[in-house]
Amino acid sequence: MSEIWQCSASGLHAEFVDGALRAQDIVGAHLERIDAVDSQIGAFLYVDREGAMKTARMQDDWSKVDRIHHPLSGVPVALKDNLMTHTMPTTAGSKILAKFIAPYDATVVERLGAAGAIMVGKTNLDEFAMGSSTEHSAWQKTRNPWDLTRVPGGSSGGSAAAVASQMVPLALGSDTGGSIRQPAAYCGIVGMKPTYGRVSRYGLIAFASSLDQIGPLTRTVKDAELLYRIIQGHDPRDSTSLPDTADPFPMVGRPLRIGIPREYFTDGIAPGVRTSVEDALERLKMLGHQLVDISLPHTEYAIATYYLIAPAEASSNLARYDGVRYGLRQAGTDLLTMYETTRDQGFGDEVKRRILLGTHALSAGYYDAYYSTAQKVRTLIRRDFEEAFAEVDYIVTPTTPDQAFVFGERDEDPIRMYLGDIFTVTANLAGIPGLSMPIGVQNGLPVGLQWLAPAMHDLSLLSVARMLEMDPEEWIGPKGVKA
Amino acid sequence: MDRYEVIIGIEVHVELKTQSKLFCGCATRFGMEPNSETCPVCLGMPGVLPVLNGEAIEMAVKSALALHCQVRPFSKFDRKQYFYPDLPKAYQISQYDQPLAEWGWVEIRLSGGAPKKIRVRRIHVEEDAGKLNHMGQRLGDAVGSLVDLNRAGVPLIEIVSEPDLRSAEEARLYLTELRATLSYLDVSDLRMQEGSMRCDANVSLKPVGYQGSLEDLPRVEIKNVNSIRNVQRGIDYEVARQSEVLQAGQRIIKETRGLDDATGRTYSQRSKEEANDYRYFPEPDLPPLVLEPAWIDEVSHHLPDLPATIRQNLMARGLPEQDAEVLVQDREAYDYWSKAIHYHADEKLVANWMLSDVARLINARQESYARCSVGPQGLAELLDLMADGTLSGRMAKEVLEGMFETKETAREVVKARGLNQITDTGALMEVVKTVVADHAVVVADYRSGKDKALAFLVGQVMKATRGQAKPGLVNTLLKEAIGREDLTT
Repeated sequence: MSEIWQCSASGLHAEFVDGALRAQDIVGAHLERIDAVDSQIGAFLYVDREGAMKTARMQDDWSKVDRIHHPLSGVPVALKDNLMTHTMPTTAGSKILAKFIAPYDATVVERLGAAGAIMVGKTNLDEFAMGSSTEHSAWQKTRNPWDLTRVPGGSSGGSAAAVASQMVPLALGSDTGGSIRQPAAYCGIVGMKPTYGRVSRYGLIAFASSLDQIGPLTRTVKDAELLYRIIQGHDPRDSTSLPDTADPFPMVGRPLRIGIPREYFTDGIAPGVRTSVEDALERLKMLGHQLVDISLPHTEYAIATYYLIAPAEASSNLARYDGVRYGLRQAGTDLLTMYETTRDQGFGDEVKRRILLGTHALSAGYYDAYYSTAQKVRTLIRRDFEEAFAEVDYIVTPTTPDQAFVFGERDEDPIRMYLGDIFTVTANLAGIPGLSMPIGVQNGLPVGLQWLAPAMHDLSLLSVARMLEMDPEEWIGPKGVKA
Repeated sequence: MDRYEVIIGIEVHVELKTQSKLFCGCATRFGMEPNSETCPVCLGMPGVLPVLNGEAIEMAVKSALALHCQVRPFSKFDRKQYFYPDLPKAYQISQYDQPLAEWGWVEIRLSGGAPKKIRVRRIHVEEDAGKLNHMGQRLGDAVGSLVDLNRAGVPLIEIVSEPDLRSAEEARLYLTELRATLSYLDVSDLRMQEGSMRCDANVSLKPVGYQGSLEDLPRVEIKNVNSIRNVQRGIDYEVARQSEVLQAGQRIIKETRGLDDATGRTYSQRSKEEANDYRYFPEPDLPPLVLEPAWIDEVSHHLPDLPATIRQNLMARGLPEQDAEVLVQDREAYDYWSKAIHYHADEKLVANWMLSDVARLINARQESYARCSVGPQGLAELLDLMADGTLSGRMAKEVLEGMFETKETAREVVKARGLNQITDTGALMEVVKTVVADHAVVVADYRSGKDKALAFLVGQVMKATRGQAKPGLVNTLLKEAIGREDLTT
């Protein structure tokens, strides 16, 4: 390993524990890397140099025992800018929260801090996590490290690009319909959406409460597991958080039955994606596992269902940005004008589009046809998975039908943008864990493979995914970024 | 008026006096520095989540059971959405189509009439909004408004009656009985002035012979009335106003009206034709509320005595109906009485003294039975002194006033003022003899048949003894003294 910033999180922590590296050197190297490449990438909205260096200096005084007891000590981490932090601004990529400093830390931020993680900054995202390209940030573009003319995916595009361009080894994202897994696939890294309720949502700026889940973005599966183990676990401040129960016995080390849902392998898949995914399936067969053709019959309704439930909840969750208590306020001659001007100037077009969709779906006279029906279909989709997992241990699919696209390509066609979420939204609707990992490079761009597991099988999902890793220590990175 | 039947339904919001708010740990104290009792959760900051307060649910279930409701083992929370500066999240967490409890009733007793059951349609749990303080005389000319979110998130139950009430008097009886019932559960301060109990009354007039649904009648909602008396006034005014409108051949507009306390008139606030669409949907941040039937049973077995039972007990113990009613409806008075009869056996006498003299002094001094200068034990001691003849009734009243003023016990006041009643016949006879000797003319009048003259002589004896003589004894001794002189003449 030639450079500190190329090292994995587990590697950095081990060297810090052994005294081979000082935290200051680790943080310093990553800050230098950010200085060198982020002007091209645009992953960070805020970098807390002083805070990170201060924490590093403090940790350098720690004994070996202290370092061992803090499993992320010495490790820099980036946070998606929809996670509340009281030491750095939290904007959710929106003008309506420009310069907003949270009065408290999200549960995951507290847990990272307690584990010794050194938080270096906040990463770019589609405004309020609504989007699949990070183009809908009010602040800046984030470029794909593999090809600077392309999007990094979204909404956790900043976190994915930061990890892929090796500015940090670990980042947190949030995933409502694929917002961790899709940018992970586009940037050639690992991204995991845990079982709904495994990770506390307290302090995550809500987009769609019944779908949102925080998860890790890393370069290796091992690092994803390291980060997942820190952030998961019951939180009394989140009533939807699951009780702490041991994960079911991991289903590894024996021939597995792996489900291949025929509805996910359609003509819509780009040839490069198909080639890499088929290669990966071949390798699974060669490893002695059985591929089973399965059906998830309600898949065709997933996008429609998702784009009713998510905007409905979003329209409600975003109503609090009214200019009364915090964030942007545009004065008006009366209360109504103040509300209207503030929200008109504070929100971008994609956010407005979804608020309108959601408001309509919940309106008197439309509720039964839209929201209520969508909830029923959601139950059917969940049942599809229950029935499938009665037959197979895991399900494998492409993460996305295509690879990273060029900027502006889907600006005028939101429906096409929405259809890109087809393989990822079902895990959110069903509440099950999903993980995307790089399985190949086609046309100079990475391809992601998605693993799905039954609810609560998060750790076994992280174990099983390792079998497809080319080399768990040496990540095949992009050639696009020059430092 | 005979052409219409009055139809009234009432919604009551009751603030539960839990330690903390419904979804966060902030205190629920009233009258604190604005926005001092707030946290990110009740301020509706980004990223916060609600956590349900179990104490609030227990209080709500107690209330529901006391009002004979069926508590649902499965209920859920919903978001009621609208924009207003006192509503931090721009939605109120409430319960919409699956409320905590349904199908209850409150029994009222009209004077001289049979008891009547007023059905309770539903009881649900929700969070309160904050408060706006307008900077100006009226909302219309306010230069601005200050938002105080101390109340935001305080737990409420909303109790919705069926439209079973037929007059302002029935509405008063319903509210009085409801308030009395809740007061024995200790779940709320129930202070209408402070807003811990708030009433909205829906009033409509049903033409005689109308067969349609009551829901279809245009109804007027009188909102946020601050006393039961004003609910009554508002209804009376509305009934008169609506019947005039109808008799003039005009239509009643479905609307919300406020009550002007000064004039007792209602005035239009907003028309319901442009009704809000609250876009209710299930609260995704809270799992459904599932209550074990065994736990609900447990709560129901531990309910305290409620007005119906207490009323029966009091009547069975011989208290006059009116006294019983006052005690039942004032939980503090009933508690006071219950303690006092522990120390003094004459239950009727205790009630009588409480509801006349003690009540008068409490009102004059702006105290209450719970915070009273003379506690139940103190009153009992005073009544004991009367019973053993140490004090006359008149003296006891004077002693009671002394007790209120000095906060001393009855015995201490008696001693300090030298108020022992003279029961020593020998000593009193000396005074009587002196009076008879000094008022020969009056004595002669009495002898010649003027009975009134005796009263004058009694008065003179009382005056000479500074009121400490027992009037009955003075009477006897006077007659005895005068009679003896008769014999000697």
